[in-house]
Parts: sequence; structure tokens; C-alpha cells
Amino acid sequence: MKRLLKGARVVDPVNGIDGAYDVFIDDGRIAKVGRDLPVSLADGGQVVALSPAFVVCPGFIDMHVHLREPGQEHKETVASGVASAVAGGFTAVACMPNTKPVNDNAGVTELILKKAADAGLARVYPIGAVSRGQQGEQLADIAELRQAGCVALSDDGHPISTALLARRAMEYAGMFGMPIIEHCEDPSLKGEGVAHEGPMAASLGLKGIPGIAEAITAGRDILIAEMVGGHVHVAHMSAWTTLEAVRQGKSRGVKVTCEVAPHHFTLTDALLAAPVPYDTDTKMNPPLREQRDVDAMLAGIADGSVDVIATDHAPHHADEKNVEYDRAPFGIVGLETAIPIALDKLVHAGVIRLPRLVELMSVNPAGLLKVPGGTLSEGAVADITILAPDQTVTIDRAALVSKSHNTPYHGWTFRGAAAVTIVGGRVVYVNPASGLSLRADAR
Amino acid sequence: MDAPAPVPATAAVLPATALRRKDLLGIAELTPEEIVLVLDTAVAMKEISQRQIKKVPALRGRTVVNLFFEPSTRTRTSFEIAEKRLSADTLGVAIASSSVVKGETLVDTARNIEAMGPSMIVLRHPASGAAHLLSRVCKSPIINAGDGLHEHPTQALLDAFTIRERKGRISGLKVAIVGDLLHSRVLRSNVLLLTKLGAEVWVCGPPTLMPMGLDQLGVRTTSSVDEAVEGADVVMMLRIQLERMEGGFFPSLREYFHVFGMTAARLARAQKDVIVMHPGPINRGVEIASDVADGPFSVILDQVANGVAARMAVLYLLAGGGADNEAVA
Repeated sequence: MKRLLKGARVVDPVNGIDGAYDVFIDDGRIAKVGRDLPVSLADGGQVVALSPAFVVCPGFIDMHVHLREPGQEHKETVASGVASAVAGGFTAVACMPNTKPVNDNAGVTELILKKAADAGLARVYPIGAVSRGQQGEQLADIAELRQAGCVALSDDGHPISTALLARRAMEYAGMFGMPIIEHCEDPSLKGEGVAHEGPMAASLGLKGIPGIAEAITAGRDILIAEMVGGHVHVAHMSAWTTLEAVRQGKSRGVKVTCEVAPHHFTLTDALLAAPVPYDTDTKMNPPLREQRDVDAMLAGIADGSVDVIATDHAPHHADEKNVEYDRAPFGIVGLETAIPIALDKLVHAGVIRLPRLVELMSVNPAGLLKVPGGTLSEGAVADITILAPDQTVTIDRAALVSKSHNTPYHGWTFRGAAAVTIVGGRVVYVNPASGLSLRADAR
Repeated sequence: MDAPAPVPATAAVLPATALRRKDLLGIAELTPEEIVLVLDTAVAMKEISQRQIKKVPALRGRTVVNLFFEPSTRTRTSFEIAEKRLSADTLGVAIASSSVVKGETLVDTARNIEAMGPSMIVLRHPASGAAHLLSRVCKSPIINAGDGLHEHPTQALLDAFTIRERKGRISGLKVAIVGDLLHSRVLRSNVLLLTKLGAEVWVCGPPTLMPMGLDQLGVRTTSSVDEAVEGADVVMMLRIQLERMEGGFFPSLREYFHVFGMTAARLARAQKDVIVMHPGPINRGVEIASDVADGPFSVILDQVANGVAARMAVLYLLAGGGADNEAVA
């Protein structure tokens, strides 16, 4: 099907484009981007009339989500997860392997990909386990995972157990050009911690996880990557000390990249005490840290040290969260709040400009994972996110498409929204509040 | 049928006012005025406890459920006696709780108990914030009898009552708190209360048992017992839980006593009329030498006695006190 997106601002950093352009989509690919394209739709097709209030950009990719299937379908399924993704403006997600059973073999990978194909919404890129069963002892069958469709490797939920295993993983995965995505956390320093170690945890009587628990493992892996020439990607970075380690690594030419989740550049551990004391929707790993850390994440996003914004979308059932703080599982959902938060707290707040946001949420994750997208170049897949940067949204927990509603942003109002999500040229989501008459395509 | 024992009226001494809040979750939420109100009310309650017939009808017809998820002898007994002296019907529910026991959630347990219509729930729980969680799901007033490492407000109130009884004031006193600062809810509640009432609080313990950011709570921190005790009006020892040694927080109990144990020699640096306190249960020869625990400066058993009065005051004031309670009007 042919489709012409007309009248919007187009931001395509890879091609240095930022301005009023038309985008012509044909047969699931970008056919042309230009001014006043002389397109004939005589043989069928659709003109999507937009306005400069909308921004057309390459599809946003969330490279860190938990889809929970197989095994924990009461929290999320592949189908509900991708529905949440497209409602949040994401055209693709990369899902972590800590399912039950763990995605450490082709069977699980294929199951996830089949469920994703059945859902037919966002693209899904499985991430395989580094170690068999994520047990931290023996490498998973990495070639098999690669062949089945995994794009990266991680023992997320836990750090790779030892420096030796991290070394072996980086060496071996390097064969296939797969990054190792590290959940950086020194287990002995984390202990039974449930909150950032600092004055807030002290006054609430919660056991602490120091920021350096993250930085120490990141430092370890950066040194290993440097020695073996591997690629380590620091997942959900939260501590200023970790950012320092990443910067040092980058300055030495180490192939180290990193991502930050929206909650780590907007929230501090003050949220644990107020407005709702011990609200378990403030419990995530890594934990909400202090203002110094939030400021560092913002600085890293602004100066280019941070490569990617990823949500660490971690759905949990309300029953699992309605317990004592110590007992609640770590994690919050993020797919449907990321774009409003990023547009409001980064772009409108003046931390970065919009093209940089597109790099962080589209260009860079596509490049790191070596997956299609990240650009509106001629011939590229027509995965497109259309933003409505000035549309105001108020987050309503009950209105989330995800199966789980564990968000600390309930009731928050942000300026900025996802308006339309297009995957492979197919309109898979239109925000009803966008005012557009466009409708999602039937399958 | 025996005639009921005469119940003395108490209108003359009990304040005709109440705590204008549903729950007592922690000292953190209380204003200095509210703390003083509890302490003043406890004076009257202590007088009741010294009568021959130690009972007033203030909570007659009310049911207080003591919901204890942790073993407790002192606190539970103290609450029960306090409740009985106020003529409440009391019910103790002890539930073994550990992270491996999978069963009913705390919220469900509380909702079930609440469905039976108690007037108040006294909660002891190993998780910090458990009382806050219950306060959100229960209409009944919740009294926090200790939540995890967070707060133990009635302990701090009884401690303050004891200090005030002995010293006549709290403001301006030097209070040294020595021991395991990291795992102590007694510490948190006491620091909050004593600083709100203007005491100069010193806290002392090994750095491994000192939470980060403690100095931001308005206290002086030191690892020198001598510095902490120097000129102190009050020395409060905190219990060393023996299992902490396995966590590697300090090398041995022997060494702990050597460096931090309260001995008569160390105590000599304090004021001549120092009082020595301990929330119990004490480990003799670990955090405190027997001759100090049993010595002339010790008020440890006074604390226990005052615990009943302080808890009576809290129960009375949360139940509406004299504000809407015709039984004592």
C-alpha cells in the first residue's frame, strides 16, 4: 500500500533532516522523503494530512522490556506487551530472557517470535541468556540463539556471575557481533537491599543498594571489553559513578554503550516517602537514586555519553505489588509513559533537542542491536513514530494497555505524546486524543 | 452474681482531648505538641497503674487486636496490659511470618480481621512500612508496634516519658545512643522524638552498623563511646542482635564489648546523675555490663513499667480520648 505523510515536521538524524517534508511509503518501505513530492496515488493509496504540530521520525525502539511470556502471562504476554508498545509509540522492542523457562534456547526464542508474529503489532527482538538458565555457570548455546533470532545477550535480572564468564561471553558473542547487555550490580553490595542506600533508605528503615554496586560491575565489564575487544552495553544505568566509568571507557576507545530509563532521569528516592509512603510502585532495580544521580543522567543524555533511552518495562500484577515493600517485586511498566516523559522532561525542559531524542530512542538502539529502522532513508523499513510534542497527557494507570499497571507516574501530566505508530508501512496505532481522522489498518 | 468492682472516675486527670489522627505509624508524623500531649496523658495513666484497682472504663466495649508477625514478649504484654487497664477487649493474633512462608498476604489478613469489626489494630511486623500499608487498607486505627527497621513509636514515647520523669525535661539534654544503629527501629523513633523535643542527640556505633546519611537526621555521629558518653545526661544502649555477627558487621562479640560495651568505667564520663536506658532484651556482657544494667543509674525496669502508661496514653488518645468519650467525661 502507498501512503503519503504530508505536512508534518520530519526528523531523521541519520540523513540530517529536520524540517517540513513529505514522506512517501510504498510496499512497507520508505520510498522517498522530500518537499512537495509529486506522488501519484491514482492506483490507490492514502494521503495522511498532518500539520507542523506533528513530528514524523524513524520508529522508536525500546531495547529493554520484559514481556513475561512464556511463564508469567498474568503479568504480560507478548501480545499485550506489543499492544502496549505501539500505544506508547514504539515500533519495536527487545525483550529480556528472564522468562520461565529462560530464553536460553531456540525453542523459547521461536515461541516468542511466533507470538509476536501472531500479534502483528511491534517488531520483537528477543535477547538470549548469556548463561544456561541464567544460572551464571555455563554459556548458553549462543550460536543457536543467534540463528533463532536473538539480537543480543543478557542475564538481566542478575549480573553475569563472574568476571571470567563475562569475559568468555564477550569473546564468544563477539563472533556474532552480539552485544552483551549487562545488568550491572555487585551482588554482595546489593545484599538484601530494596532501595538506594542513602538518607532516605536510612530514615525509612529500608535496606540499601549503594550506587557503586552498579559502577563496580560496569567497571569490571568495561575492563573486560577493553581487553577482549568486546561490546558491553550497560543496561538501566542509574548511578553517577557508573556514568563516570562509562565515560572513562569511551574516552579510552572501549566499545561500551549505555542506556537510561525515564524514571532514572526524572525521579529520586524522595518518592519512597511521599506522597504515598512505601508505595511499591517506587520499587525497581536499580532503585530510584538521589538528585545527584538524576542530574548526572540528564548531563549524560545532554552531552552524548548516554546512548539510549530504554524503559526497562517490567510489568507486575497488582496483587504482587500490594504487599510489604520488602516483599514486592522490583520493576515498573514504562512503554506507555516513556515518550510523554522524554518529550516533557528532556525536550521541552531544554535538556536536548528533538533530533537528539530520536537518536536516543531510534537511531542508536537500531544501530546497537543491528536491526532494521532508525532511519527514513530510501529503502528502509517504514517503521515510523509520529509524535505530538505539544499534546498534553495525564497518565491514568487504569487506561494503560499493558496487562499490568504498576507505574509511579499515575496522575502525572506531561506535555508530549505519541500520535501514530507505523510498522512496516502499516498503521498499527492511532492515539484517539491526537485529533487525527486516521485509523489503524486492519490486519 | 458478684457486683462489678467500682471503677474510679478519671475525669479530673485525663486530658479532654485526642490525637487528631487515625493512626500512630511513627514519630515522624507527630508534631512536638502531639508528643507532649501523649507524655502528659501518660502521667495520668501511670497514676492509674499505681492504684489498687488498675482499671478505668475508657475503652469499654472496644476491641483491640494485637496483630504480631514477629515474636515479642515485652511489647505485646505491655500493650495487652495497657488495653486491659483501659477496659478494652483484647485479642492477640500471632502469625509466624517469614519470606519463605507463602500464604495469605498481609493485606488479606488485615482485611479479614477488620471485617470482624475491631476498634483498633496494634501491628508488629518485620517489614518496614507494613503499618503504612495497613493504614491504607484498613479503616481501623493502626498503632505501629514496630515495623522492620523503620519505627517503634511507642518505645520512643515510653523512653521520653522515662527521661522526662527523671530529668524533668528533654530539651537541652545530651543523649548518647550506643549500639547497632543500622538495624534499630528504636533508634529511628528515638532520634526523631528527641530531636523534635530539643535534645542534643549523639549516636555511636561501629561504622559498619551506622546507616549512610544518619548525620542528616540532626544528630552527631561518632564511633568513640567516650566521646558520646562525655557529659551525657542519658545513655541509651541498643541491643546487639547476635545474628548480626554472622553478617560480618563486627569481628566478634568479645571485641564488640571491648570497644562499645557500656562499663562502669566508661559511664564515669557521663553526668553524675546520668540515667542508663535499654529497650531490652539486654545481652549482658555484649552491649552492657551487668553492673551497669543492674546498677544505680539504670532505669531499664522503669522503662518497662512506663511502657504500659505510654501505651495506655496512645490507645486512649487515638480512641478519641476525652474529646468524644462519655465514659471518662
